[in-house]
Amino acid sequence: MRLRDILSFSIRAATANRGRVLLMLLAMAIGVGSVVVFISLGDSARNYVIDQFSSLGTDLLIVLPGRSETTGGPPPLLGETPRDLTLDDAMALSRARTVRRMAPIIAGSAPISVQGLEREMLVLGSSSELFAIRHLALSQGSFLPPGDLSRAESVCVIGLKGKKELFGSGPAIGRWLRIGDRRFRVIGILSSPGVSLGEDLGEIVIIPVAAAQSLFNASSLFRILVEAKNSAVIEPTRQAILEIIRQRHEGEDDITVITQDAVLTTFNRIFQALTLSVTGIAAISLVVAGIMIMNVMLVAVSNRRAEIGLLKAIGASRGQILGLFLAESTLLSTVGAAIGLVVALLGIRLAGILFPQFPLQLAPWSPAIAIAVALISGIAFGVLPAHRAANLEPALALARR
Amino acid sequence: MIQLRHIERVFMVGEEEVHALRDVSITAEAGEYIAIMGPSGSGKSSLLNILGLLDRPDSGAYELDGTLVSNLDEKQQAAIRMHKIGFVFQFFHLVPRLSAFDNVALPLVLSGVKPDERQTRVSTALAAFGLGNRARHRPDQLSGGQRQRVAIARATIMQPSVILADEPTGNLDRSSGIEVAEILEELNHQGMTLIMVTHDPDMGKRSRRQILMVDGRVEGGKGEDRSP
Repeated sequence: MRLRDILSFSIRAATANRGRVLLMLLAMAIGVGSVVVFISLGDSARNYVIDQFSSLGTDLLIVLPGRSETTGGPPPLLGETPRDLTLDDAMALSRARTVRRMAPIIAGSAPISVQGLEREMLVLGSSSELFAIRHLALSQGSFLPPGDLSRAESVCVIGLKGKKELFGSGPAIGRWLRIGDRRFRVIGILSSPGVSLGEDLGEIVIIPVAAAQSLFNASSLFRILVEAKNSAVIEPTRQAILEIIRQRHEGEDDITVITQDAVLTTFNRIFQALTLSVTGIAAISLVVAGIMIMNVMLVAVSNRRAEIGLLKAIGASRGQILGLFLAESTLLSTVGAAIGLVVALLGIRLAGILFPQFPLQLAPWSPAIAIAVALISGIAFGVLPAHRAANLEPALALARR
Repeated sequence: MIQLRHIERVFMVGEEEVHALRDVSITAEAGEYIAIMGPSGSGKSSLLNILGLLDRPDSGAYELDGTLVSNLDEKQQAAIRMHKIGFVFQFFHLVPRLSAFDNVALPLVLSGVKPDERQTRVSTALAAFGLGNRARHRPDQLSGGQRQRVAIARATIMQPSVILADEPTGNLDRSSGIEVAEILEELNHQGMTLIMVTHDPDMGKRSRRQILMVDGRVEGGKGEDRSP
C-alpha cells in the first residue's frame, strides 16, 4: 500500500467520527501545550536569574570571612573563631596581578535623619570601585571619591527612594544628613531604583568604608568584592586571593571565595531540576491524552469490525491492518500535538503581553520534545487497538452486519 | 480449479462442540456455476468461509488452482484472497464513508496500484456495471441493487478466478435480485468460477449445479457433480 493512500485512508477514517476525535485532539493539545509552556516557564526563569547574575559581571569574586566547608580532622581544642577580614586584607588583595578592581563592604542598618525626619536604612561602607563593580548609575552628583581607603571622609551617596523620603522633591546634593551620631554630606544620588541581588538599591546609603567602620564600631569587613581582569583568570585570581589571605592569616584558610561561576552553576542545576519536575507533572496530562487515544481507537475498532473483516476479505494482511490503525492513532496524536504547540505559542505570546517584566520565551527544544512525546504516545497507545483490529477473525467480523 | 478434501471444522460453543463441517470433499472445475443450498445452520457459510480463506479448516486439504492454500501462512493467504478470490456479501459490506468509486478502488489501493491506473480501471468497471454516474455517491445514497453492483465491481476489480457470493440477493427486492444474479452469471460466462450460497430455491435453480448441505455434510446435489 502506498504511503499517501495509507494517510488518506486514515484521515478519512479518523474524521468520520468527529465528536470523539475532537475530544481526543483537545486532550492531546492540552497535554502538549502544557508541557511546552512548563518547559518554557522553567527555562525562562533560569535565563532570567542567570541574566540578573550576569549583569553583575561574570568576573566577580566574593570573599567572605570563615570557611563554608569542613575539612575534616579533629575540632580545635580551644574554641577558634575565624579571623576577621580587615581593611588591610582588602588592600592586600588589590595588589594581586589579576585583580582589576576591589571593593570592601561593611553593611549594617542605621537610623538616618534629616531635620527630624528619621528612616531606618541599609548603610553600605565601601569604596569608589564599588560603582564599577556593581554597575551602579548615578542620577545626580558623583560617587565616593577614590583615594586612601582608611580616610573616613564624611560624604555619602544615597538611593533614589531614600532621597525622596528624606528630602522630598527638593535638591539633596550638598545637604547634610545624620547617620547614627555622625554627619554626612550628600554628594551623589543613585539612579537605578531596582533590586539587585536582594538589596534594595533605592533605600541605601553608601559611605566610605572607614567611616562605616567607626560608625558601626567594627573593624571586620562583611565581604570583599573582587573583579578579575577577565573571565579567563577567575580561577588564578581565586587561588591568589586564598594565598594572600593565608599568608596574612598565619597559614589559615579561613575565608570563602565564591565565584560567579559557581553560583551560576548551582542556580542552573536548581532550575533544571525545577523544570524537569514541572515538566513531569505536565507529562501526566500527555499520558492521559494517550489513554484517550487508546480509548478512541478501541471504540473505532469495535465500530468498524465489519470494515476490518471486509478489508481482510479483499486481501489486506494482518500487517496492513496493523499499519492502517497505527497510522490513524499516530495521525491523531500528531495533529493534537500540532494544535497544542500553536496554543502554547499563543499562550506564551499572551503572557509576554500581560507580564512584560518577566521575559517568558519558548524554550527552543520544547517543541521537539513535545512532538516526540506525542508521537511516541500515539504509537504506544495505538498498538493495543491496532493489534486487536489485526487479529479479528474475518469470518466472525463479517458474520454480523 | 477448486479441490476440497475431507474438510473438518469444529467450533466450541460454550462447552459444546459444534461440527460445522464434517468430511466435506468438493471439486469444482474452473468456470463452474455452483449453488450451495441447505437450511440455516447446515454449514453453508462455514464452507464459503473456508473456500474464501476467511477461516481455516481443522483438518483436510484445500487446493486452489494447483496450490495447496490451506497450508499457506496468513500473509500468503491474504495475497490469494486479493488476487484470486472476489467476495460478494448479503449485506454488501461497503465502507460507509467512502464513495462508490473509492469502495471499488479499495483492493487496488491495498495492493499498491498507482492512482492514475486506479482511475482508469475503476471508471471502466463502474461504467460496465451501469454505475458511471454514481461514482461520487456514498453507499447511503445508493439503492440496494446499486450497492450490490458496487460490491460486485469491487469483488471483480482484481480479475479473480473465483467469485464467492453469500446470499447475494438475500437483501434485495425481486427485480434487483434478478438483475444482480444476471450480472454474476455474466461474469461466470466470462470464465470466473461462481460459487453462491443461497436458500432461495429459485436462485438455486439458475445454477448448473447444486450442492445440498445438511448438518455439516454434503448430502447430495444435482448437475455436473464430479466430486469423488
